[in-house]
Amino acid sequence: MPATTVVMPKMGYDMTQGKIVRWLKHEGDQVQKGEQIAEIETDKVNIQIESFASGVLQKILVPEGETVPVGQPIAQIGEPGEKPTAVAPAEILPSQELGGGEGGEAPPVPVSGEGPRMEEAPGAPPGAAEEERIKASPVARRLAQEQGVELSQVQGSGPGGRITKEDVERYLTEAARRQRAPEKAAPPKPAAPPPERPPAAAPPPPAPETAFAPPEGVPIEIEEISRMGQAVARHMADSKRSIPHFYTTVEIIMDRVVALREELNQDLPEQERISINDFIMKATAMALTRFPRLNGYYQDGKRHLYRQINLAMAVALEDGLVAPVIRDCDRKSLFQIARESRELVGRTRQGVLRQEDYAGGTFTVTNMGMLGVEEFGAIINPPQAAILAVGTVAPRPVVEEGLLTVAHTVKATLSADHRLVNGADAARFLTELRKWLENPARLLL
Amino acid sequence: MNRDELVSLYHQMLLIRRFEEKAAEEYALGKIGGFLHLYIGEEAVAVGAVSAMAKDDHLVTHYRDHGYALAKGCEPKRVMAELFGKATGVSGGKGGSMHLADVSRHFWGGYAIVGGHLPLATGIALACQYQENRQVVLCVLGEGATNIGEFHESLNLAALWRLPIVYLVENNSYGMGTHLARASALKAIHAKGCAYGMPSRQVDGMDVLLVREAVSNALEYARDGLGPSILEAMTYRYRGHSMADPELYRHREEVETWKLRDPVRHFETSLEMGGFLTPEQAEELSRQVDREIEEAVAFAEQSPEPEPAAICEDVYAGTQEREVGTPVGLGQGR
Amino acid sequence: MADLTYREALRQALQEEMRRDERVFVMGEDVAAYGGTYAVTKGLVDEFGEKRVKDTPIAESVIVGSAMGAAMAGLRPVAELMTVNFSLLALDQIVNHAAKLHYMFGGQIEVPMVVRTAAGWGQLGPTHSQTFENYFAYVPGLLVVAPASPRDAKGLLKAAIRDPNPVIFLEHSLLYSLKGEVPDDDFVEELGRSRVLRRGRDVTIVSYSRMAVASMIAAERLAGEGIEAEVIDLRTLRPLDMEPVLESVRRTNRAVVVEEGWRSCGMGAEIAARIYEHAFDYLDAPVARVASFEVPVAYNRSLERQTIPDEEDVIDAVRKLVKR
Repeated sequence: MPATTVVMPKMGYDMTQGKIVRWLKHEGDQVQKGEQIAEIETDKVNIQIESFASGVLQKILVPEGETVPVGQPIAQIGEPGEKPTAVAPAEILPSQELGGGEGGEAPPVPVSGEGPRMEEAPGAPPGAAEEERIKASPVARRLAQEQGVELSQVQGSGPGGRITKEDVERYLTEAARRQRAPEKAAPPKPAAPPPERPPAAAPPPPAPETAFAPPEGVPIEIEEISRMGQAVARHMADSKRSIPHFYTTVEIIMDRVVALREELNQDLPEQERISINDFIMKATAMALTRFPRLNGYYQDGKRHLYRQINLAMAVALEDGLVAPVIRDCDRKSLFQIARESRELVGRTRQGVLRQEDYAGGTFTVTNMGMLGVEEFGAIINPPQAAILAVGTVAPRPVVEEGLLTVAHTVKATLSADHRLVNGADAARFLTELRKWLENPARLLL
Repeated sequence: MNRDELVSLYHQMLLIRRFEEKAAEEYALGKIGGFLHLYIGEEAVAVGAVSAMAKDDHLVTHYRDHGYALAKGCEPKRVMAELFGKATGVSGGKGGSMHLADVSRHFWGGYAIVGGHLPLATGIALACQYQENRQVVLCVLGEGATNIGEFHESLNLAALWRLPIVYLVENNSYGMGTHLARASALKAIHAKGCAYGMPSRQVDGMDVLLVREAVSNALEYARDGLGPSILEAMTYRYRGHSMADPELYRHREEVETWKLRDPVRHFETSLEMGGFLTPEQAEELSRQVDREIEEAVAFAEQSPEPEPAAICEDVYAGTQEREVGTPVGLGQGR
Repeated sequence: MADLTYREALRQALQEEMRRDERVFVMGEDVAAYGGTYAVTKGLVDEFGEKRVKDTPIAESVIVGSAMGAAMAGLRPVAELMTVNFSLLALDQIVNHAAKLHYMFGGQIEVPMVVRTAAGWGQLGPTHSQTFENYFAYVPGLLVVAPASPRDAKGLLKAAIRDPNPVIFLEHSLLYSLKGEVPDDDFVEELGRSRVLRRGRDVTIVSYSRMAVASMIAAERLAGEGIEAEVIDLRTLRPLDMEPVLESVRRTNRAVVVEEGWRSCGMGAEIAARIYEHAFDYLDAPVARVASFEVPVAYNRSLERQTIPDEEDVIDAVRKLVKR
């Protein structure tokens, strides 16, 4: 029978090492299985350990007084007369070293002996770099990053001067206005484009609004305009001031749209019904795919063309105007557009529009048909190239194949930025639009 | 006992009776909030037991504690003020009906967790033994509490260590709405003492003198270092468990039967029959008690509410300020 | 200065306080004849006798409750609950009584009691491997202490014994054999004060107990990667001393809280909330938390090791945090 190695036993779940206090058996002694052979000391108690084998105690590997990790060989038991197997010196680890338990896996930190120095850190705290840090809320930072805004330029209105989302939005509105002021002052000759606002300098003051002297002697009542109303006012004034608008109108026969709509809506529940405007939105989007120049904006002598067709729908409110957006209108089905437009209008009316609802518009459609307006020219909603204004669908006299008859028609007027497109472009776009609406079945594809 | 002592027992019982009746009124008027557990019918137990205690002995009881507070000598006006939640109440308005206490009289309080005070009372007895001061603890509990874990743990430890404590069980048959027969496998409550090798005794809880005698013996036994004992006082509450109790679980006849043994009326009769009290003196005493109760109510009414600052006071003992947070929004302190 | 184990430091604290004040006594399961399940109280009964070192039956509720009663009546008991897993049996006495008596009786009663208990694990099974400091840290009226070093073990235990409030003193069985320097004199550490163990500019690591030690080890290794971590040991969990933490976060802009127990509703949640409340403008990233998987701890050694965090998890968390 080969020799049995006696190891330092694990006498408790948290025992990691043991000290041989004294050997109860000596080299050459007979040992019975179950007999006590040594007394050991753990961190907690002194205890005697037994032999798991019978035989002769051939060799004691760890002397009294030494501490070894659990699992380390401490003695060998074998047959009488047998030579003890040489135990490689490398197996006997110095008593100070913290070894692993059985299986060689490192025990949980910490074990015993010296751990890291858990004392008060010396020295005073290094000075805080407080002055250089710009305080801005996470959403403000995100918006600033998306819109390319330098936070150091933004005035913070939050606690401790913290920049909030509102502050960034306000800055963006101001910045849009400031952009136009240097352009107006640019020399008539095509020289170098006016410089971008220099990043390090303070932003230029906003262009003053033109004030007209009121007539003398007429009593005046002053009404406050809401913040939104004021923002809209500024926006519209800026647009008219800086964009050279021109207007093109077309009359579109809508009989087929009306009929198709009726047929589709027959089987649809109330909240999924398609409106005339939904058809117009979809047709506009499809027309824009053929005329991308109308889906962008002018800046610094360049056309900036949007790669998405996100149609904004102008919705009138009590004290202002909001244009929620249906994204990727060209890729959505008529049904989707109907559903989304209904949701958006609903949310708008309830005043619970989210920022993502009205961000990202690339072209605007405004419809005053329900108000009985026959036709009108709208103001472009920058930064965009054009806006389509739609009037009432009404029965009107038309001439078909030389004969006078009645058809449902609608008048649509395109206001466009003459820096981006000319009359011919506008006309061709409108013709395209008409084609889609006069053959509406294609809109279902 | 001499005449004065006997009359004093009667006075206390009458005071408790009238106080409880008035408390019921004030509760119905909305002056007292939360729970109100009335001691009406059980007066003989509190008065008899407390009268047997030495001045420095310790008292710990359950939430039906008004009778004990008054028997231990707390002023009716300060007890009423506590019920009204006023700053002048015995617990500053912070404890309410279930948490009366007067540590200066070694009345360590009423407790609302059933059986929750048993370990605590046992610990006070541990301190008495440790300090060798010959003081004894009287720990009062209901028969319903003899089925909870803390009862077992506390009595075992008390018996094991021979602590100077007497466990007085008020057996009024009902743990809220559950009759003893439906809650306890062993109906003779005092016999549970044998599980701990503890002497036990049952006593008529409607007789103040019998209660006094039984408690007195038990206290002496403990005081002499012989260890704890368990007493079972058979009593009955004439009102519901608390004010909200429609008493669907017992019959009116049962209540009426127990009312025939009204401890207050009985003792009055005994005293009169024994020549210790004339009807006129009883009448006078009655008026005196009524006045005391009226004064108590007036005091409670006129007393101020605790200041809002009281919310954060006494969370911790000692002079060091410790954060208790604010209820609104941002946390305070470090 | 002496080099003591955490266990020895605790024993010395008990000895010194018991010598100094005859009202101090120890009670718990197997604290006397057995010598203490973790040998903390070993030898005390020989010096102080059975009156002051009391073996109790296995009855956690009355162990704490009677210690509480004794404290009310003028003594200074140090009750031991063998492990924090068993403290659940005494929760009513701790939460409904000890924590509230001073308040609900209008300041008449004081409970100068210490309840010592230990977290720990090592293939002990789910019911013996938990840690509940957040349960106690939740309760107003309690003081909750968790030392991470022999020095703090001694100094904070002495402070706890001398404090007039109920103190839940949370030890850790895997720290008992750890050695550290302990002053020789009668020193007392301050309850309710965090300690900065290491200065660094890149991240703030907040921890306590065993995980504070793991965090220090992690910080040394992170330094090798060029990440300098500031490590703060909370030491007291109720009340929380957040000032050093906030001051640190204002400089490093990134924080990770390291705890041994489950993540949801753990200490990390509270500490993170306070960092957001008071240092919002200084954060470059959300506060990270290192904690156990939210599962019972399995018996199997490997599963257990993977469930419960160690310094590797701290290193991982810090690396992720500094990259955001």
